[in-house]
Amino acid sequence: MLSVKGVSKSFDGFLAVNRVSFDVASGEILGLIGPNGSGKSTIFNLIAGTLRPSGGSIAFEGREIAGLPAHRICRMGLARTFQIPRPFRRLALRENVTLAAFYGGRDVGSRAEAEAHAVAALDLVGLPNDPHTMIDGLGAAQLKKLELARALATRPRLLLADESLGGLDHAEMERAADMLGRIRRDLGITIVWVEHIMGVLMRVVDRVIVLDHGETIFQGVPRDAANDARVAEVYLGRSH
Amino acid sequence: MRGGRDTRLLLYLPLAAAAAAPFFLSDYFQHMAVQIAIWSLVYTAWALMGRFRLTSLGHGAFLGVGAYVPTLLWNNYGVTPWLGIPLAMALAIALALIVGYPSSRQKVVGHYFALVTLALGQVVLLVIVAMRDVTGGSLGMTPHTVGHSWYALQLPNKAEFYAVALVAWLAGLVAWRYVERGMIRLALESIAEDEDAAESAGVDVLREKLKITAVSSGLTALGGALYAQYLMYLSPDAMSGVGISLQIVFAAIAGGMYNMLGPTIGAAFTILLTEGLRVLFGTHFVGAANTIYGALLVIFIIFMPRGIVGLAERILARPRVPPAPAAPEPAE
Repeated sequence: MLSVKGVSKSFDGFLAVNRVSFDVASGEILGLIGPNGSGKSTIFNLIAGTLRPSGGSIAFEGREIAGLPAHRICRMGLARTFQIPRPFRRLALRENVTLAAFYGGRDVGSRAEAEAHAVAALDLVGLPNDPHTMIDGLGAAQLKKLELARALATRPRLLLADESLGGLDHAEMERAADMLGRIRRDLGITIVWVEHIMGVLMRVVDRVIVLDHGETIFQGVPRDAANDARVAEVYLGRSH
Repeated sequence: MRGGRDTRLLLYLPLAAAAAAPFFLSDYFQHMAVQIAIWSLVYTAWALMGRFRLTSLGHGAFLGVGAYVPTLLWNNYGVTPWLGIPLAMALAIALALIVGYPSSRQKVVGHYFALVTLALGQVVLLVIVAMRDVTGGSLGMTPHTVGHSWYALQLPNKAEFYAVALVAWLAGLVAWRYVERGMIRLALESIAEDEDAAESAGVDVLREKLKITAVSSGLTALGGALYAQYLMYLSPDAMSGVGISLQIVFAAIAGGMYNMLGPTIGAAFTILLTEGLRVLFGTHFVGAANTIYGALLVIFIIFMPRGIVGLAERILARPRVPPAPAAPEPAE
């Protein structure tokens, strides 16, 4: 479904992502993990079009998308969330989601149709769907749900969920992980999930990719990752 | 717009009465009214961008194009302003897009955007001055007069011109309403807050910015054209350049750029204030009027960033908020 081949990104000579390659199969949940600064979020930004790759190719459903503007990629069916929620505070909660449904979705002809998709997405993540609730007053967990609702309202086939659990307590993390599982199961959406908390992620993902210093150091099933010496050294070793 | 039907009537009835009153008043008040209507249109057009943090300090450029193009076409080729004005609007839009496209493409936002537009306003002024053979340069020019003529849009009868200006002003309000109620408001608010997040939500940032820029510059050119047709005298300083560009910004902010009627209130306030000070001081204390005017604007911008309308909204909303001890919102 998604094919990342030899993608690199450098910022003023600093190589943030170094020839990373991986494939995402339709219907799977792929975990992308690594310590802070390992390049996870940069890879997301490259795939979603927020940044342009310095080299390599990214194909989504067979079409090259590297370097396309983010709105075009979104409209092709590839939605993303941001690590730190970026709500539009001057819009009401539902307007935030309606906006994404209208502009980011395909074949959405009218505002009414967009509102309907927005209400469905808000219901799914468990946020109020009335037109009056504003952003101010929402808590951290709710803002993360808003990120998810905004992405889902575009009715993507592939969802890039960026560290959606940082800053949540354990029960909230478990619920959020279950939510991603449900999104895959009920909506048939393929998911790439970036996370640096390994435990919760391992329970839900089918496959995991471990990054360090912008390079892939492991690809495989979660069980093997836990036993891999390099993963333990660069990732688990540091967090213990 | 937050209030219900009652408050809306309460607002619109006096407004309609105020808009109709000049028809029954003397030439002097009609003269004031025409100016208020024309500048209301221009300020409304500016605020269509300004409210979304697209702070243009160069709208004088579009005003200048709107003023000079129809007059040049009329004087040199006998083209009626009814054709010249749409042409001028198209030209102003083209100019806005030529500057807006690379600016948006290169993500020139905030202060840098303001600086680019500031330069644009000045460039148009310099072009008008430099082309003195056709434009009369700094001395200005007058359209060839033919007496009363709808064909030439020369209406010495102030009531008639006021009717024309009212229609143009209403066109500005219609544009505002269209933006306010449309999806484009959501898109532009999202762009104003966070361009990357807006892009990721599927908003074509470049396209939406250029759309509102086109509407804003086109309507400003219309205002410039009417202003020239009304005064029957064009000068580069009165029609473009930094002075006029900043006047547009100040007045729109003073009135309140987040409300449909804010820019109109700003026009009425600034024009009546200028006139009041002029009458009050007459030829004594030359410069006092301008000084007071300037000081008031500074006070406005510092203490009332949402303008007169914003202040009014706050005062009106205050007594209504406390007596609403509604049931606590159910938790999520």
